[in-house]
Amino acid sequence: MKYLAKKIITLIMTLFLVSVAAFVAFQIIPGDVVTSILGTEATPEREEQLREELGLNDPPVKRYVSWVGDVLKGDLGVSYRYSKNMNEMMPVTELIGDKLPVTLWLAAIAVILIIVAAIPLGVFWAKSKSHAMDAFMGVFTQAAMAIPSFFLGIIVTYLFGIVFKVFAPGGYVSYQDNFPGFLGYLFFPALSVAIPKIAMTARFLRNSMLTEMKADYVRTAYSKGCSDRRVMYGHVLRNAMMPVITFLGMIIAEIVAGSIVVEQVFGLPGIGRLLISSISTRDFPVVEILILYITFVVIFVYFLVDILYRVIDPRISNR
Amino acid sequence: MKKRLYVYLFMALLSLAALGGCTGGTGESSGDKSSVVVGIQQDIDSLDPHKATAAGTKEILFNIFEGLVKTDENGNLMKAVASDYTISEDGLVYTFTLRGNVKFHSGNEVTAEDVKYSLERASGLLDGTALISTLKTIQSVDIVDEHTVQVTVDSANTELIYSFTTAIIPAGSGEDAEGTPIGTGPFSFVSYKPQEGIVLAKNAQYWQEGLPYLEEVTFKIVNSPDTALLDLKGGSIDIYPYLTDSQANELKDSFQILAAPSNVVQALFLNNADETLKDVRVRQAICYAMDKAEANEFVTGGNSVPISSAMLPAMKDYYVDLNDTYGDTANIEKAKELLTEAGYPDGIELEITVPSNYEVHMQTAEVIAEQLKKAGINAAINPVEWNTWLEDCYNGRKYQSTICGITCDMTPGYLLNRFQTDSSKNFVNFANDEYDATYLKAQASLDLGEKAEHYKQLQQILCEDAGSAFIQVPPITIAMNKKLTGYKFYPIYVQDMSTVRWAE
Amino acid sequence: MMRKVKLPKIQKWNKYFTAGLIMTVIALLLAVVGLFWTPYGTTDMSAAERFHAPSLMHPFGTDNFGRDILSRVMKGMGTTIFISTLVVAGSGGAGILIGALTGYFGGILDEAIMRVTDAINGFPSILLALVVISVMGGGRQNLIISLAIVFTPSFVRIVRSEFIRLRDADYIMRARLMGVGRARILFIHILPNIFSTFWVSVMIGFNNAILAESGMSYLGVGVKPPDASLGNMLSDAQGYLMTAPWYALAPGLAIVWVVLGFSLLSEGIRRNG
Repeated sequence: MKYLAKKIITLIMTLFLVSVAAFVAFQIIPGDVVTSILGTEATPEREEQLREELGLNDPPVKRYVSWVGDVLKGDLGVSYRYSKNMNEMMPVTELIGDKLPVTLWLAAIAVILIIVAAIPLGVFWAKSKSHAMDAFMGVFTQAAMAIPSFFLGIIVTYLFGIVFKVFAPGGYVSYQDNFPGFLGYLFFPALSVAIPKIAMTARFLRNSMLTEMKADYVRTAYSKGCSDRRVMYGHVLRNAMMPVITFLGMIIAEIVAGSIVVEQVFGLPGIGRLLISSISTRDFPVVEILILYITFVVIFVYFLVDILYRVIDPRISNR
Repeated sequence: MKKRLYVYLFMALLSLAALGGCTGGTGESSGDKSSVVVGIQQDIDSLDPHKATAAGTKEILFNIFEGLVKTDENGNLMKAVASDYTISEDGLVYTFTLRGNVKFHSGNEVTAEDVKYSLERASGLLDGTALISTLKTIQSVDIVDEHTVQVTVDSANTELIYSFTTAIIPAGSGEDAEGTPIGTGPFSFVSYKPQEGIVLAKNAQYWQEGLPYLEEVTFKIVNSPDTALLDLKGGSIDIYPYLTDSQANELKDSFQILAAPSNVVQALFLNNADETLKDVRVRQAICYAMDKAEANEFVTGGNSVPISSAMLPAMKDYYVDLNDTYGDTANIEKAKELLTEAGYPDGIELEITVPSNYEVHMQTAEVIAEQLKKAGINAAINPVEWNTWLEDCYNGRKYQSTICGITCDMTPGYLLNRFQTDSSKNFVNFANDEYDATYLKAQASLDLGEKAEHYKQLQQILCEDAGSAFIQVPPITIAMNKKLTGYKFYPIYVQDMSTVRWAE
Repeated sequence: MMRKVKLPKIQKWNKYFTAGLIMTVIALLLAVVGLFWTPYGTTDMSAAERFHAPSLMHPFGTDNFGRDILSRVMKGMGTTIFISTLVVAGSGGAGILIGALTGYFGGILDEAIMRVTDAINGFPSILLALVVISVMGGGRQNLIISLAIVFTPSFVRIVRSEFIRLRDADYIMRARLMGVGRARILFIHILPNIFSTFWVSVMIGFNNAILAESGMSYLGVGVKPPDASLGNMLSDAQGYLMTAPWYALAPGLAIVWVVLGFSLLSEGIRRNG
């Protein structure tokens, strides 16, 4: 319980830290939403009028405090750039809520792919006796990791979209309109996200298992007469999973936080793309909430990792 | 046991992919004969026609909203909501006669009330803030009768009529809670989703008989030109209007490729207040050192129109060809001579700031920088993000030189206006008394022939004084599904879908 | 049973080592030669030679400005290796130091540093880069600094979790009981044991750094055109993937080559030790 309370306090502190940092960043970087909206059509009067309308003329500290006040009241504000209709701007909650499922489903499919492929691959590799196989896996995974991600994305699009015509590039369908079609379209983006991560995870797991196999307890287990299987799955894999879980955690956090490159290449309206475009249009309310969300996800995933650690290795809780 | 679980999971995922293959992969619209998907580059900045400023938004809203008058494909004004108009001798009173049978998408007929409301809203008479700055000159909007509206302005300006393309919207709709964009255009608004796009449907009651042809038009946001290419090939978009030269080459077998001059003036804008560049000889040296023909060939495959001053060649009555002043190709000797005269026998350093999101400007910068080096002008490219460019270069005027494009509307004076010494848009800090005086004369003259002469003189001053190093008007190149027909180019930046149709 | 997990025999790791060494040496050689000499000028344009496919004259073909791609790859390789190495060295070094201390000692320092790491993790790198440019200006040095900041948290995570795992291992307990100094335990007893896991993330970091560099030059930090870097070339080539596939292929494969060479080399070294 104390543990949980501590975690929540640190979470709040980090979120506060990040929100201040983002606010300060927005004060520093050149241009604001007004220059972004008016572009080369700007006239001093129109600029002044828009700044007034958006409340940008107040002193920074006052603006930050009132923003925090609103957020604490549950009002996340409205976007500066995206319209809901002719007279209203899009509420941030609605905007992000609409984009979030895209990224989350992408992450879910990618993570399933990674787990399904990487764990057997890693175990198989660690157990493999053949040097040829070892060398092959070594070079193969290293090559998979060396391919730049957007390059991979374009290769996947080109191969499956243009050559084999398995899916229509850019033919994204909204999850509200056609859910199965939506999931189907996400498969290939998820594959491009997953391929290098599968290689990484498999490598990681294999290295970790090899290290574990050298440990004393493995010899002890064997000498006690445990079966090969039991030693491998019961002891080695269990212990070897520790660093792999951190690693998987990082990957999950990374994807849930927005796979910018893949969203760009496959034309997915996810939060990674939203973040990039909102930064470039200086849409402060959207950026601020997205950053908070991403930080929250990162911390939360690590929190889960931490708990998993305790489950796998009970010694940790005794520290 | 475990292995089998994996096999199941894997199968499930595969079938998911197959599912996508069936549902998502049909290429959507290509088979459907009543709708079209157009790829666009930028998100919508506002659904309010009076507040939208981005060219990328206006080109779409053109399909939903119309003004009293409307631009046609030749750049002339045609009557739209108004069937006729007269301008008083002194140029101060505009009288518009409404067409009478024009209906809003809501089904209501356009009344004089609606026109009054729209113009008052846009000009700032309603709440003091002018949404369209050129309309600020409006003093009053009076309803003469049911079908006649009289607009009084405070000073005569022959170019003001172009501003009456301002959208007519139902009275009160700017404050309406629903906020559905309602206009009188050939298409009505259906839905908009940030980052995805905007859907329009046929306006069955459109006042122009027989138009539009399509039942539905989707403007789909395509974030990068590279993915646009894949989308075209995969069939998820039918029309894409912003091709680069190499993309056009690649698509020419499977798509119709159409090209026309854009309304963008691209230049190496020189900060006339800069320590080195304030010497007119240095600016002229830069103009001489540029090889426009080569830049045109490299960047736009020879499809650009070279220019030497701030006017679109498409505005035939006002344009004067000054390309002989510095020549289409480089004159290195002349450039070096001028630099030596100016006291820089060893050449100069020049920083070219470029908004890096514009591929055309980046590529042009690379070519121009190489050309300038030959004349001893050591050019370094400084790519910056768009907002940084706006803040530092455009608004802040803290730069030495920059390559970018200025988009013009249909008014011939639009581009020349910004080179007046005191103009808030004079981001190159051009200062020339003769220019300022001539501009005032041009603005005051009510005779179009006389006005044109003044404009030509302005172009000449700007060119000879090397206010900036003008490069070219790049083309708009579009790819369109081979079965589509009826696409019309405009001298302004619009995507008119009303005449587009599927060939039988 | 134990035979299975024995270290591979000498000649086996030698193959990794040799292959990696050859690849790395070739890459470095090209890069170093590129500093002084390239077959053609790296910025020489020629309208007549745009998009030439690989030939004897231009082994890697030419790009959209008719520039020789081989020359640009040579030049770009140097730039890219230089930047990425510094970024990874900086962030990896910081990661080891911070991760080791926080992981081993825990406590309030651990908490504080992890909060900052979390914050950086959530903070978009583009925003960070924009801040760095407007405060310190553009240029390579600042590019390296901003990227190193962005990359540090992931190294800290990995190192920290490894230290947490190993600090309670039997041999460390024993070392501690025997009175071995803290610094010695940290860097002599634990550090060498985390290298196999750490190395994977170094390679990933290296790869990411190459690509991040090209993303950052878009914002105005880092390598500016017409200068070449592999990441830059690759992102330029994207638009010509179908008309001139060699344009993307050359820098793309060069990246794979460099990263793969380094990984094989390190694999060889690791298996040796």
